[in-house]
Amino acid sequence: MAIKDYIRERFFPHMWCAGCGHGIVLNGLLRAIEQIGISKNDIVMVSGIGCSSRISGYVDFHTLHTLHGRALAFATGVKMSRPELKLIVPMGDGDALAIGGNHFIHAARRNIDMTAIVMNNRIYGMTGGQYSPLSGYGTSATTAPYSNIDHTFDVVNLSVAAGASFVARTTAYHVMQMISVLKQAILHKGFSVVEILTQCPTYFGRKNKLGGAVEMMEYFKNNTTSVGSKAKQENPELIERGVFVRKEIPEYCSEYEKIIQRATIG
Amino acid sequence: MGKPKLKEHIINREWCKGCGICVHFCPKNVLELDENDKAVAVIPEECICCRLCELRCPDLAIEVITEPSEVSESSEVSETSEV
Repeated sequence: MAIKDYIRERFFPHMWCAGCGHGIVLNGLLRAIEQIGISKNDIVMVSGIGCSSRISGYVDFHTLHTLHGRALAFATGVKMSRPELKLIVPMGDGDALAIGGNHFIHAARRNIDMTAIVMNNRIYGMTGGQYSPLSGYGTSATTAPYSNIDHTFDVVNLSVAAGASFVARTTAYHVMQMISVLKQAILHKGFSVVEILTQCPTYFGRKNKLGGAVEMMEYFKNNTTSVGSKAKQENPELIERGVFVRKEIPEYCSEYEKIIQRATIG
Repeated sequence: MGKPKLKEHIINREWCKGCGICVHFCPKNVLELDENDKAVAVIPEECICCRLCELRCPDLAIEVITEPSEVSESSEVSETSEV
């Protein structure tokens, strides 16, 4: 199947700004799904609110566009009732880790089989450039004109600590790696987190004088390195990319099925 | 497997928003933005069919079409590649 078969062409061109990294995530995700060869009728995409969450309108899967921060809660409901379906939950950084922070850590802790994609552009784009929990100390935003004093989460460390059984990070520049880790995450049985650093040239880039989309992608290219690389030892400022955790632990829906069996016999 | 040979770049001018990502990151400088800020292949003969423009396009606006006889279905770059 061509990737055009996985999208709702009638809604294109999409609403994201010129150069928005979210479009690259959509592009990479479609290719990952095409390469795995999953039928689009077997995929449910659940999203919340924000620029990132508009992705669910553009894909021709079963899609749910739900409440701010609650995508994982809705996805948990879908997965519990139809465990044979593949759940993909794209979220923005604010959606996933501010208002949805509790859902995020508990979905990770339960190890329910779904793929959470954190499209981290470090800002609330849709509402006008307010700082998010991922903006970082010293950055500028509409709501932090004299610079932000909040520190960030490290999405990878947070996910690992919360118990996610697959954790990876990549960027909108590293498209081949993006396709590869998304494939691995979707095929992994358990809660998978893929953080993708994406550029928001309209707000984060402009507010922080980082240039346009091209310059922001150059930044991803020059300031990240493969996990465990020698470059990281020499320059601890580099952001690591790759697969950080992959472990096989009991999955929530499988365990729940066993409980049903036990109770039925009982 | 031989090197993939370019047939054409299909660029959807309705979808292209002129961000210039494809132009900047093309390893062979095949692409440019025209006067309407739409991507066009100005020196297609230099194209090595790496498809990075197609994969990095946020607007799903570029397709690199290769000659079918030369290349099997997937001409993807190796997954171990740094990009």
